[in-house]
Amino acid sequence: MSLLEIESLSLTIGDTPILRNIELSVAPGEVMGLVGESGSGKSITALTVMQLLPYAARTTGRVAFDGIDILAASEDQMCALRGDDIGMVFQEPMTALNPVKTIGEQVAEGIRWHTGASRADAEERARKMLDRVGLPAAQFPLSRYPHELSGGQRQRVVIAIACALKPKLLIADEPTTALDVVLQAQILDLLRDLVAENRMGLLLISHDLAVVTEMADRITILRHGEVMEAGDTARTLSEQLHPYTRQLAQASMHVPARARTHEVGQGQPLLRVDSVTRDYPGRRTSLFKRSAPTRAVDNVSFSMTSGQSVALVGRSGCGKSTLARMILALDGPTSGTIRFRGQEITGKSEADLKSARRDMQVVFQDPYGSFDPRQKVERLVAEPLHVLEKKPDGAERREMVANALHEVGLSPRDMDKYPHEFSGGQRQRLSIARAIITRPKLVVADEPVSALDVSIRAQILDLFAELNQKLGIAYLFITHDLIVARAISDEVMVMHDGRIVERGKTSEVLDHPQSEAARALVGAAPDLHRAIARRLREQG
Amino acid sequence: MTLRLDMPEENLASILGKAFGNRSFLAGFAITALVAAVALVSFLWTPYDVTRLVIADKTQAPSLAHWFGTDHFGRDILSMIMVGARNSIAVALVAVGIGVGIGVPLGAFAAARGGLVDEALMRLNDLVFAFPALLSAIMITAIFGPGAVNAIIAIGIFNIPVFARVARAGALAIWQREFILAARAAGKGKTLITLEHVLPNIVTLLLVQGTIQFALGILAEAGLSYVGLGTQPPMPSWGRMLFDAQTRMVVAPWMAIFPGMAIVITVLGLNLLGDGIADILDPRSRRRR
Amino acid sequence: MPSVWTKQDSGPVTAMTAYLLKRLAIAFATLVLASMVVFAVLEIIPGDPARLMLGMNASADQVELLRNQMGLNAPLALRYLHWAGGLLSLDFGRSYTYSVPVIDLVRERVVVSLPLALIALALSTLIAIPVGLFSAGRHGRAGDTIAMGAAQLGVAVPNFWFALMLIYLFAVWLRLVPAGGFPGWGAGIWPALKALVLPAIALALPQAAILARVTRSALIEVLNEDYIRTARAKGLPYRAVLWRHALRNAMIPVLTILGLQFAFLLAGTIIIENVFYLPGLGRLVFQAITQRDLIVVESVVMLLVAAVIAVNLLVDLSYAVVDPRLRSRP
Repeated sequence: MSLLEIESLSLTIGDTPILRNIELSVAPGEVMGLVGESGSGKSITALTVMQLLPYAARTTGRVAFDGIDILAASEDQMCALRGDDIGMVFQEPMTALNPVKTIGEQVAEGIRWHTGASRADAEERARKMLDRVGLPAAQFPLSRYPHELSGGQRQRVVIAIACALKPKLLIADEPTTALDVVLQAQILDLLRDLVAENRMGLLLISHDLAVVTEMADRITILRHGEVMEAGDTARTLSEQLHPYTRQLAQASMHVPARARTHEVGQGQPLLRVDSVTRDYPGRRTSLFKRSAPTRAVDNVSFSMTSGQSVALVGRSGCGKSTLARMILALDGPTSGTIRFRGQEITGKSEADLKSARRDMQVVFQDPYGSFDPRQKVERLVAEPLHVLEKKPDGAERREMVANALHEVGLSPRDMDKYPHEFSGGQRQRLSIARAIITRPKLVVADEPVSALDVSIRAQILDLFAELNQKLGIAYLFITHDLIVARAISDEVMVMHDGRIVERGKTSEVLDHPQSEAARALVGAAPDLHRAIARRLREQG
Repeated sequence: MTLRLDMPEENLASILGKAFGNRSFLAGFAITALVAAVALVSFLWTPYDVTRLVIADKTQAPSLAHWFGTDHFGRDILSMIMVGARNSIAVALVAVGIGVGIGVPLGAFAAARGGLVDEALMRLNDLVFAFPALLSAIMITAIFGPGAVNAIIAIGIFNIPVFARVARAGALAIWQREFILAARAAGKGKTLITLEHVLPNIVTLLLVQGTIQFALGILAEAGLSYVGLGTQPPMPSWGRMLFDAQTRMVVAPWMAIFPGMAIVITVLGLNLLGDGIADILDPRSRRRR
Repeated sequence: MPSVWTKQDSGPVTAMTAYLLKRLAIAFATLVLASMVVFAVLEIIPGDPARLMLGMNASADQVELLRNQMGLNAPLALRYLHWAGGLLSLDFGRSYTYSVPVIDLVRERVVVSLPLALIALALSTLIAIPVGLFSAGRHGRAGDTIAMGAAQLGVAVPNFWFALMLIYLFAVWLRLVPAGGFPGWGAGIWPALKALVLPAIALALPQAAILARVTRSALIEVLNEDYIRTARAKGLPYRAVLWRHALRNAMIPVLTILGLQFAFLLAGTIIIENVFYLPGLGRLVFQAITQRDLIVVESVVMLLVAAVIAVNLLVDLSYAVVDPRLRSRP
């Protein structure tokens, strides 16, 4: 007997169909993985079960939870279910908690509401629950406010809220997407343990096939609001019968073909970072005192040669983005020097930096935020031409933009469009077009594919690889994702607490990590091959 | 969930399309256009000459000859309201101009520079905000003499910190965006970035605040004229008409009702327009529908 | 079992003190600057106060003598310090026209203006917050549309015109309340309050309209936040979420507007007191301006500015009460 049973569920918002004939079930103690790319309707499916849909949504079909017809249930009935029998964990831990209430109040609130327990009793239960999710009383008293916790700790609080009353079903919507791999592994372990302890059903929603494979007994693959394939996880993914399943699986393990790779220490250094340190002033603790400054980057030295592709990997907050900003001369180091093409770029005026900027460009993570929404593509892509000695005239400029667009697989006709007319993947192509228009020697890319769906991600990685081969551009990839590092880089540097703790050939570092930090990253990174193999082994 | 709903970027066609679907905007636009048209027409034609006093016709109730009645000097109230519209709009518009012209550069500069410059400018803003605007406007006009020009200056001064604050807040949000980082990586300086990226992106914010301050300016001008410190007779103004009406409420209530309605309708129109613009351009407004 | 409130680290507490001290310092600096501005403005005004007091017939020697007596010939900085020192000890000097200490005039008038502003503020808040909650709870439905339509109209109404209409309706037509004037608190609480009812309503309703709109939009903004969904997922009904989670988070913009409105109400009394012939501070300052009684003008303006700064400080402090993030990040 299933705990949750969804039969031919369809949903429309206005005239737009969002879900079509969804079939899905979760048994007690079972983990059901719901996989799909953005816009596939995974989150809407979860919100349907919770009946927390947008006002205009219309549903047909049947959703039964524990014998209750959810689609027909009254709001009062749903309030009794939510938080008591069905718990939910959301994607964004930074915003999921009320900033003006203590974590104790927020965990105890649901307990008091559903059980009518006294404040003291509810607080005691909240305390136990927080202990259980790994937030011990000594460091995390109930009186803590959310802003005093890190992202991973906040997600633990959200899990504590969802599981406080031992629900029969837990819905986790991308619970680890906003966290780095090490935290992801910890949160997944916690969820797995809670499921086993309480015999909860878990509906795990994720875009990440590897995560779902590691966690789920069965999976359902969604695309454009329809179920593509569903079944036993190991079998579905090892056989890959459905073409879309195969496409997803291949895209998530995609490694672009690159003929030439560059070895460590070949040729003249293009970029040389010498004992660079960056401190941020400490938090003010009283009117006259500040705590000790935080050291974001700590005595980092390395060099890169032309055409080389280097990945800088590390957990979030390890200082990799700060380092990238200093290399791009957007921020100055507290001490140390950075040389680009043999010239020092630290402490230079914008005018003196012009020639360096010509050879050094950047691609950002967020394809939505990195373009001025009020400018057309022509102006956006042409922006770096600002650093040329001789400014191109209108016709020359259009010619250069057209070339750059062509090189990234877009049409010169796209020049007169606004950025919102492009999809996420196309925007990242625009980003790359903007970065290569001055024919730079180095492109720094900060998490360039982590906001993209896997199939788009594979295409963008191919593009990076192609431009590296064709134009000989060196890359410094900043990423927390080892799959990306493996796909695109010759060398890997592992950063931890502001220091570079390991450096070497990509395959060597990722296959045989030496430092503790590198081992933690590699161990925590979800890997589809490994996950499928383990599933098959377990099932014999 | 990775549904992307936060896209403020629109082209003109789709903005116009939404404008025609927005009731607030349409109503506000219609009313504002009507008031502006009335003000313009008053330059060329009014039913009666507002400078001629016809004592024989004094305090007549509304009739076909005088739709809104006449005042204690026998002047046609409708004609006076028409001329008063011109006056109100001119005062409020120039006052907004002063606020935008000085406040926006200050706010944008503070946001771009940050640090001590920002702090100093914001403290200066606090200082101006500490003076109740109307009280200070009364003081200024009383000291430098009553009249429309001094009223404009008095109202304008208090628009400066408002626009500075809005421009600064908007600009600070834009400076956090990644595309600013991209522009910096392209070697652009703070001034160029402010001109090319920051200001175009806060125009809508300023437009909304502009209509609000315009409406407040009309209210303020009416208030100043009402206490005798704004526009001076014989030039008709809505506030002054209300002052004249006050002592004659019992015998000629129309003298108070119609000028007041003119103020209410004008301010209402501007506020609706501002709401409409904010609605159309606010990316979140679509999520709600 | 210790309550959640008993455990407090020392960190946030010292940070809280730092925040408070910083706000206090800013308020004081603003007050000093404001006093300089007031002093400077009145310095550059044409007209000699001594000449004004003695009348046009006085000789130049007499005027000069009085100028010396009044300290008008002392250096600028000294005069400022003397004046500011006087303000601190509530010695505002003597009125040129009334020939009584300014403080006596102020004391007489403040008992009219302050109750009026407070009643109006209370009235505005008591109307606006429930309407804002009501509208946000019914966002987009008929009740919301009607309430916000009324608010939109309320914002557009000039308070002195509204006052005229109220007088016409309640005093002239229905004869329920006096059309103007103030019997004084000596005449008993009721007659005095009755005289303040219409002015308070005239001041309060347009402000309530603004506050209701701000409350509603702040609530709607907050209701779109992720943590509201978390609270809903706990099983709290919509109404409980509105009260327990949304309202407190929406308080910051509401408090900001409340602070601004106090300043506005203080100034608004100038005109409203004129409409209703109330012997308050507003009428005092207005008459003083027309009679060029500068010492009264500068004293009352300084008093009102100090009140505004104090209220802003209070608003800043209440931010810290509402939002724990401010307590740890000065």
